[in-house]
Amino acid sequence: MSTGQISMTANDQQLSLELCLRMLRQMLRIRAFDRRANELYLSAKMPGLTHLYLGEEAIAVGVCEALKKEDYITSTHRGHGHCVAKGARLDLMFAELLGRVPGYCRGKGGSMHIADQEHGNLGANAIVGGGAGIATGAALSSKMLRSGRVTVCFFGEGALGQGILYEVMNMASLWQLPIVYTCENNMYSEYTHYSETTAGSILARAAAFGILGEEVDGQDVRAVYGSAQRLVDRARNGGGPAFLLCHTYRYHGHHVGDVNREYYRSKTEEEEWKTNRDPIALFRAWLLDEKLATDAQFETIQQEVETEAENAVQFALNAPYPDPSEVNQHVYA
Amino acid sequence: MHETMTPPVAGREITFAQAVNEALTEEMRRDESIFIMGEDVAEAGTPFKVLSGLVEKFGTERVIDSPISEAGITGIGVGAAITGMRPVIDIMFGDFLTLVMDQLVNQAAKTHYMSGGKLRVPLVVRTTLGATRRSAAQHSQSLQAWVSHVPGLKVVLPSTPYDAKGLLKTAIRDDNPVVFIEDKLMFQDKGVVPQEEYTLEFGKADIKREGEHITLVGTSSMVSVALKASDRLAQIGISAEVVDPRTTSPLDIETLVQSACKTGHAIVIDEGHRAYGVAAEIASVIAEGAFYYLDAPVRRIAAMDVPVPFSPVLEDLTVPTPEAVFSAAKELCGVK
Repeated sequence: MSTGQISMTANDQQLSLELCLRMLRQMLRIRAFDRRANELYLSAKMPGLTHLYLGEEAIAVGVCEALKKEDYITSTHRGHGHCVAKGARLDLMFAELLGRVPGYCRGKGGSMHIADQEHGNLGANAIVGGGAGIATGAALSSKMLRSGRVTVCFFGEGALGQGILYEVMNMASLWQLPIVYTCENNMYSEYTHYSETTAGSILARAAAFGILGEEVDGQDVRAVYGSAQRLVDRARNGGGPAFLLCHTYRYHGHHVGDVNREYYRSKTEEEEWKTNRDPIALFRAWLLDEKLATDAQFETIQQEVETEAENAVQFALNAPYPDPSEVNQHVYA
Repeated sequence: MHETMTPPVAGREITFAQAVNEALTEEMRRDESIFIMGEDVAEAGTPFKVLSGLVEKFGTERVIDSPISEAGITGIGVGAAITGMRPVIDIMFGDFLTLVMDQLVNQAAKTHYMSGGKLRVPLVVRTTLGATRRSAAQHSQSLQAWVSHVPGLKVVLPSTPYDAKGLLKTAIRDDNPVVFIEDKLMFQDKGVVPQEEYTLEFGKADIKREGEHITLVGTSSMVSVALKASDRLAQIGISAEVVDPRTTSPLDIETLVQSACKTGHAIVIDEGHRAYGVAAEIASVIAEGAFYYLDAPVRRIAAMDVPVPFSPVLEDLTVPTPEAVFSAAKELCGVK
């Protein structure tokens, strides 16, 4: 893994207590959401499969906390974290996962297609790299309309294999578009280690287009936030596109059904990340060390989040399915 | 405010290319959110010169020369369309639709539906079709069937300058992704186009010529093939009705079926490949809707199912011709 220097330039003095507690809560909300998504699958209550964001929470939260509500994101098949971090409601998300009518897409999109326009989430995308064009187009809109909005394009390292990413990065640099390409390298493209599919240096790809690249420990929410804040501000102020490479790990399989993983990665490796590199545990320990929060506070937030998530699941389980008459609605606007 | 009257027969004549250019000019003046992006669209005005003069009128911020990145510019078009703009993406040759299929099919066409109706994609992709320019297999295809197959896309195939202008204005104002396909060989064709503002509704076929004995359905430049065939058929006493669907999605099934019911015979002519093509779909629609009125099976005349060859001797064998339509019509009508 050619990581170069990990950026640890988050200026902790500038992280207000309020922001810290919000980031903690948001990471816990993502975790609570995806744990329940897994349970819904295992108990056969959820149709289809879903891709869990567990282990990667610090990236979505660190990046989205650097964005304004009206800023845009595009997300991926592993998108629940981005969706929550950008402001979505858990109950409407669960309803979508279960194909129910109050869901964000009236049950027509499901886990891999949640869009939340009100919070600038232009949608998750089930084509790897599928959001790259859309995100860059949104950034072009912002420039043309002088709206001051920044777009973050989330994608996994698997998308580094898609040509369209390089087509749009080229144009984003040519036209100095306000976009931050955020690569979540969780090391596995489905069932294949990224080193088997990714030649050369990841950051050099950005450099080749004249795009500023930064690398960050994706398990450290403060570091992610610090880098994102700097790159987002720079983009907003006309500094052009940037590329943020975040190193992270996917706790579960490619999707919830990928349970026997020993043929492509070891249990030891998984345990190492869960035990020593967990973004929530690391942040909690830091908050305690700095005496910014107490165990009691943590437990309170945790309890509130669990209650919210549990209520959200119940809401979704009790929500109605779409009427059959909806099947051919929304094909055309 | 769609124009419903029949196309004017007299008045100002302009070329197909000028009609497209006028539609874009008028719409871009009306709505600042419209922009054009594509390869060589600005100072060059495209290799076909269809867009000449637009960059002088609207500047390089709204007429944007792009890299040779068809997928990228279409994807950017989708994103810009979702976020408040109305992009018109120029894909120089219809053959290059293959490069943009993910953006069109998986992104543009499905975004509105997958989002439960929340997101809209008011995107126009202008591209071309047609063989016999001696351009060989990768610059000659007519791929309208590929995009017409996809729910969520609208597909327009204008056959006259009048239709091109009115339909392009409608395409730009539509809140859905629209693929607008122009025949490269029609750009210099002239036709009557009124000075006054008008638009043409999608899903409304136009009867280019009324007739009694056989229905000839033509798309794009195949309308003129049908008209030429009908001239010759008239000389032997067969009155052909020439119907132009103008849009394959939505498709005006009612007009097609009504015409076939009236005449009892139908031939569908389209320059896409015959197998699984636009001609096949329209023939099927007519067969289903007009079965009890038909005196003979519906015929398809389409491009031969081979890659378009370069050598003129070979290429000319692959496309529908007035002679082929004439012979098939004669046979269908039982005239020796």
